[in-house]
Amino acid sequence: MKLAVEVVKSFGVFRLAAAFSSAGDRLGIFGESGSGKSTLVNLLAGTMPPDEGAIFLDDECLFSREKGINVPPEKRRIAIVFQHPHLFPHLSVRGNLLYGYKRCAPENRRIDLESVAGILKLEGLLERGVNNLSGGEKQRVAIGRAILSNPRLLLMDEPLSALDDELKFQIIPYLKGVCEEFGIPFIFISHSMTEMRLMAERVIVFEKGRIVQQATADQLARLRMPTSQVGYINLLKLGPPRQVDGLYAYSWGGGELLLSFPVRRPDSLIELSSKDIILFKRHPEAISSRNLLRCRVVATFEAGNRTGVEMDCGGERLIAEVARQAAVELEICAGGELFAAIKASAFRELG
Amino acid sequence: MHSISPADFAAILLSLKVGVTATILSLPFGFAAAYLLTFKEFRGRVVLDGVVNLPLVLPPVVVGYLLLLLLGQNGWLGALLNAVGVRIVFTWRAAVLASAVVGFPLLVRSIRIGMEGIDDKLIQASRTLGAHWYDTLVTIILPLSFKGIVAGSSLMFARSLGEFGATIIVAGNIPGVTRTIPLAIYDYAGAPGEEAMALFLCLVSVVISLAVLVLHESLAMRLARRREP
Repeated sequence: MKLAVEVVKSFGVFRLAAAFSSAGDRLGIFGESGSGKSTLVNLLAGTMPPDEGAIFLDDECLFSREKGINVPPEKRRIAIVFQHPHLFPHLSVRGNLLYGYKRCAPENRRIDLESVAGILKLEGLLERGVNNLSGGEKQRVAIGRAILSNPRLLLMDEPLSALDDELKFQIIPYLKGVCEEFGIPFIFISHSMTEMRLMAERVIVFEKGRIVQQATADQLARLRMPTSQVGYINLLKLGPPRQVDGLYAYSWGGGELLLSFPVRRPDSLIELSSKDIILFKRHPEAISSRNLLRCRVVATFEAGNRTGVEMDCGGERLIAEVARQAAVELEICAGGELFAAIKASAFRELG
Repeated sequence: MHSISPADFAAILLSLKVGVTATILSLPFGFAAAYLLTFKEFRGRVVLDGVVNLPLVLPPVVVGYLLLLLLGQNGWLGALLNAVGVRIVFTWRAAVLASAVVGFPLLVRSIRIGMEGIDDKLIQASRTLGAHWYDTLVTIILPLSFKGIVAGSSLMFARSLGEFGATIIVAGNIPGVTRTIPLAIYDYAGAPGEEAMALFLCLVSVVISLAVLVLHESLAMRLARRREP
């Protein structure tokens, strides 16, 4: 997907002024509420015209004030998955799913109902009314409805914000899976850094209607480490557990990690904050932390008054943070060896 | 006491005919006005809103008189229609028109309430899924405002049954031609010894109104059930 945007839109005192171009298929738009993310969605989808500027998608002009072009929303082939499912209440699940499909020109129909219903596990629900679905089912139907319109770009406007944590991380694989399976480029809009890292490659950060940063999702998480209350969140995928003296041992990085709980689902992601890792220069004699990992420093980075330490632990990556002074004292530098201590209770299962 | 005459039956049938015709004729205009007032921003919106609601606050007699001025032999629309051989005033068509004008604000208000309850995002979703504005109008807005349309139609029909002031001026009170139930009641109420007939027609009005209410309620319930299959 090639997207080039240069737009201005004002509402009273709020002014969105954005200029960016993107060539990736998984673009993220990150920002707090009121930063202009949803306005951008409306401008891209064509449900609201910019005051000035131009929008190009794959070299096709969708809007240009100068040339007097404003392609209507139904002709743009840009579908939206909203924060809430917004399913058509008078239609069945099948009716909702096929709404966009029926309106898509036959030559553009490459995704059909059976394959989407299969991936999103909706086969048994097709004849149901949409008011009788659970929250997760509704959002899956909303995703399916957007995908089945065979869009050339999918806008996901905080599609997970209204879901509780457990549901959120159950929906993410569907969102990613369905877009990857059918090769649909998407723009993922969110104010959650974790969601951003799971969904997007490149991220554009909005603040008060302006673009303030552009980076990869991981770079952004590192840059925001000193200001974030939770630091940098390491996302770990663990193997099956084994119970050891009231703790749970998971194979990871060529060794084992001890956690205080069993994961609820085998595909769960485990989060570990950079703040919860203590670094030692030498092997300590005795510590209370149940995990002591021998790591090699891959790189260090400065983030505010902190030093981020990227480490390799048996082939897996971990990022820890220490005060700058501590980094100097421990003589942390790329290639050096460190011991990382992590309490068994410092981990948290996502969702 | 007088027994029920063919003219009384004619009045009952005429009331029903006028009510049904006025409602059916007004529906497309009422839907269009409600759509414009709910979803469109345009110059003159306030004027349209005012014109639509004016009959609600004007005395029906005033509405009737204005219609008479407009549709009478010397009125600009009346003269135009006369030229093509269509006469409106003092025919049952005038009664339909009087009912339609007086009941129109009630119809539009009900449909608007229905339309205002539709989430904007549903319309946005429909458009981004490839529907033209008229497709969205037919497949999303129309079915989702159906409850308002049913309520508005019931209200309009009921208002038409009770229409008196505008009708008597623009359609007159001609037995068998333009005399509807309220006009017949008016006649009987003024004639000594005819109170029983006036009461009988009142009872007929009550029965028809109740039937409309029951029909409305059952339609609304069926709609609600359809939403939860």
